Amino acid sequence: MKRIFITGFALLGILRLSAQTTAVDSTAYKSTKLKVDEVNLVSSYYKQDGDNSAVTGGIGTEKLTDISNTIDVKLLKYGATGIKHSLDLEVGVDHYSSASSDYIDLQANTSASWSDNRIYPSVTYSRENEAKGSTLGLGLSSSTEFDYQSFGASVSFAQKTKDLNGEFTAKVNAYLDQVKQIIPIELRISNDDPGNESRNTFAGSLSYSQVINKNFQVMFIADLISQSGYLSLPFHRVYFADNSVHQENLPDTRLKIPLAVRANYFLGENVIIRAYYRYYSDDWKLTAHTVDLEVPVKISSFFSVSPFYRYYSQQGTKYFKPYQQHTGSEEFYTSNYDLSTFNSGFFGAGLKFSPPKGILGLKHFNTFEIRYGHYTRTTNLVADIISINIKYR
Amino acid sequence: MKTTQFKAFLIISSFVLVIISTSCEPVKEYQKQKINDSDMVLANRKIQKTENSFQTYREGASGGNGGKTGGGCGCN
Repeated sequence: MKRIFITGFALLGILRLSAQTTAVDSTAYKSTKLKVDEVNLVSSYYKQDGDNSAVTGGIGTEKLTDISNTIDVKLLKYGATGIKHSLDLEVGVDHYSSASSDYIDLQANTSASWSDNRIYPSVTYSRENEAKGSTLGLGLSSSTEFDYQSFGASVSFAQKTKDLNGEFTAKVNAYLDQVKQIIPIELRISNDDPGNESRNTFAGSLSYSQVINKNFQVMFIADLISQSGYLSLPFHRVYFADNSVHQENLPDTRLKIPLAVRANYFLGENVIIRAYYRYYSDDWKLTAHTVDLEVPVKISSFFSVSPFYRYYSQQGTKYFKPYQQHTGSEEFYTSNYDLSTFNSGFFGAGLKFSPPKGILGLKHFNTFEIRYGHYTRTTNLVADIISINIKYR
Repeated sequence: MKTTQFKAFLIISSFVLVIISTSCEPVKEYQKQKINDSDMVLANRKIQKTENSFQTYREGASGGNGGKTGGGCGCN
């Protein structure tokens, strides 16, 4: 296939990428029918426990289990002009049980939220011009649970460099959410439905990836995320020093800036080092560092083991205080320990099987992966997660 | 935002970027056997989907990983 380049391309004034144009030989391309390229089934079981539930003001059980199932179907078609069309359809269903949500009503044995489901379908279309090295993507998504509704949309553009070793990507996302006002029972002033509050999120993301040599590649990522609307959760209690109880109250805007770098290195013939670092800060004065290291080792051509370790360190928001530490003089307050100062560690391993004749001899089921991780937080929250991924191709 | 940490991050990132950009070797497509290995993908993998979700819920930081940056509650 002839290479086709485009000249003088500049994008968002951040990185200047260029290529050159040559004549297109359309006879070199052949249109194909829409076909299934890949199907991924991902299932996870997650459980956690702790003693700092925000529903009960920073004290009480955080016990929670979540079973998640996702199916992701990627369809592919080549157009007559060599354009690659991809359609990614995904549906996820979670079933979770949350002990803390049961305490929205402190007198009840069970509430509506004790056990609930979340469904989150999404569709993504991308149009890749392989000759020019450019890709345009469009996406729609939603997420529905009993007290929360989210609709999302995204647009992305990616451009490879002339030598095909670098790629710049720009992406914008918008999420328009509705939060049902589930108020702690002792704070309800009537039995009327208090309705919903809106929460909007707009996110811009720029990334640049570069192949350094035959074994090494890196990526730089910079996001800017702006949230507005109701950013508290209505059933989170805060107990003041005078033992009075209030709903969590957080500012109605939040600006987040995560900056990250990924670096993957193929060491020798069988070992890969996957490294990730992120620095995060926002205008609620929350900052965090994340370091993630994973080392897949190829034991054979169809079996690999991937131990990993992730360390996270967070300086909590200025609006956080523990149970009965807030006072009435404060405008904003929360006792949600997810926003407190803590460190966490997450470690585990994954096993991946890709036998040449397929899983159990089924040719198209070509990969089976299982992964376990154990999470600990210095606020005494512990969690375990086990996931499997079956790939059909 | 902690200005000092942010500046330090930018300085270190710029330094790393300069080092990397001056040490790049031209790699042809037929030389990318290792780069194209599925474990070399510069993104989270499918099997990490739920892990990323719970970390977003249980920690104050989010974003910077090429995935979702909003939507969904994470209430519990």
